[in-house]
Amino acid sequence: MAENIVKIDDDSFDVEVLQSDKPVMVDFWAPWCGPRKAIGPVVDELATTYSDKIKFTKCNVDDNPVSPGKFNVRAIPTLIFFKDGKVVEQITGMVAKQKLEEAINKVT
Amino acid sequence: MNSVDYDLVIIGGGPAGLTAGLYAARAKLNVIMIEKVVPGGQILVSDWIENYPGFPEGLSGSDLVFKMTEQTKKFGLNIENGEVISLDLENRVKKVILSDKTIKTHAIIIATGASPRKLGVPGEDIFYGKGVSFCATCDGPFFKDSVIAAVGGGDTAIQESIFLTKFAKKVYLIHRRDKLRATKILQERLFANDKIEVIWDSVVTEIKGGLTNVDKVVIKNLRSGKTDDLKVDGCFIWVGINPNTEFLKDVVKLDQQGFVIADSSMQTSVPGVFVAGDVRNTPLRQVATAVGDAAIASFSAEHYIENI
Repeated sequence: MAENIVKIDDDSFDVEVLQSDKPVMVDFWAPWCGPRKAIGPVVDELATTYSDKIKFTKCNVDDNPVSPGKFNVRAIPTLIFFKDGKVVEQITGMVAKQKLEEAINKVT
Repeated sequence: MNSVDYDLVIIGGGPAGLTAGLYAARAKLNVIMIEKVVPGGQILVSDWIENYPGFPEGLSGSDLVFKMTEQTKKFGLNIENGEVISLDLENRVKKVILSDKTIKTHAIIIATGASPRKLGVPGEDIFYGKGVSFCATCDGPFFKDSVIAAVGGGDTAIQESIFLTKFAKKVYLIHRRDKLRATKILQERLFANDKIEVIWDSVVTEIKGGLTNVDKVVIKNLRSGKTDDLKVDGCFIWVGINPNTEFLKDVVKLDQQGFVIADSSMQTSVPGVFVAGDVRNTPLRQVATAVGDAAIASFSAEHYIENI
């Protein structure tokens, strides 16, 4: 995992995501999901390239059921892009790096 | 010889593409594999594979493709991220056109696989990721103690429905006929599972819910014509696949469903263009058949390149 991805949980979600000054991407992940494992390196790459523009975070849905519940996450991988505490874009399933870059540009 | 960027371009990075890449890299061809998302393909979503020989304990689809990818890297296969928009096969030197560049090559192996087929009913798209799913491994754990509708009757539908019972309290398997296509051993496991109830001769005609979640599916019995609401928390869909061949129309010969037609050397209607795996017109689509196709396709491509 890239160093610039912040691990968040149900307790820190509000502070780290909703009250963040910078736009935030939350990667809702779980160790059992094959597709999520596969896109992991892509998210790591993006976090290296764009960390000055957007805060990258990851939330393990097994240990933290409240946050995914709040945003009706019922699929892994789901990536949600927040700006000023609001959802700007929600991406479900395996997508190309380019599509994630488009979402980053939209939110920043 | 005309100048090319590569001898061989492999399009797609599932088991077929990775195997073709492994053989081509070991044959020391100047080869590149182009993958749209990340290597793996459809098998990434498979929670358990027990019919691929050599792994008596079974393994997950993602573990299998990670091993395959590692093996290709050991032999130096060049893997690039990109989406192929079209092919120009007018000349001996073929052009693979990506969104941002064009690659010139002598030979091509098409290994673009297939995608899960949708039902094409109202609600399917809007509830995708919010209760509608094509992947039990990814999304099943969100349905603890829930009631789920699963649609289909083939191996995938049965295997994944059984997997869902690890979480769900009840799985309704909705199948349009009065018997299943799935392998016998899977059918035995299905009928022995008391959390699964099969609804025969029926199809889902609509998926309904609130703003953010599924709460029912509408089921139509094809014999009686009667329509009923079934209260569920999610709907998992496994009704077959569509080939990923939109970019191949009018370029190589396809069958009526859009799968690529090939001869026994895996060559398509265009010399130097080969095909492997689920995207091919083939009676069986498994990891074992994909890797077999790919070994032949790679061998044939090597032979073709040597004789240019």
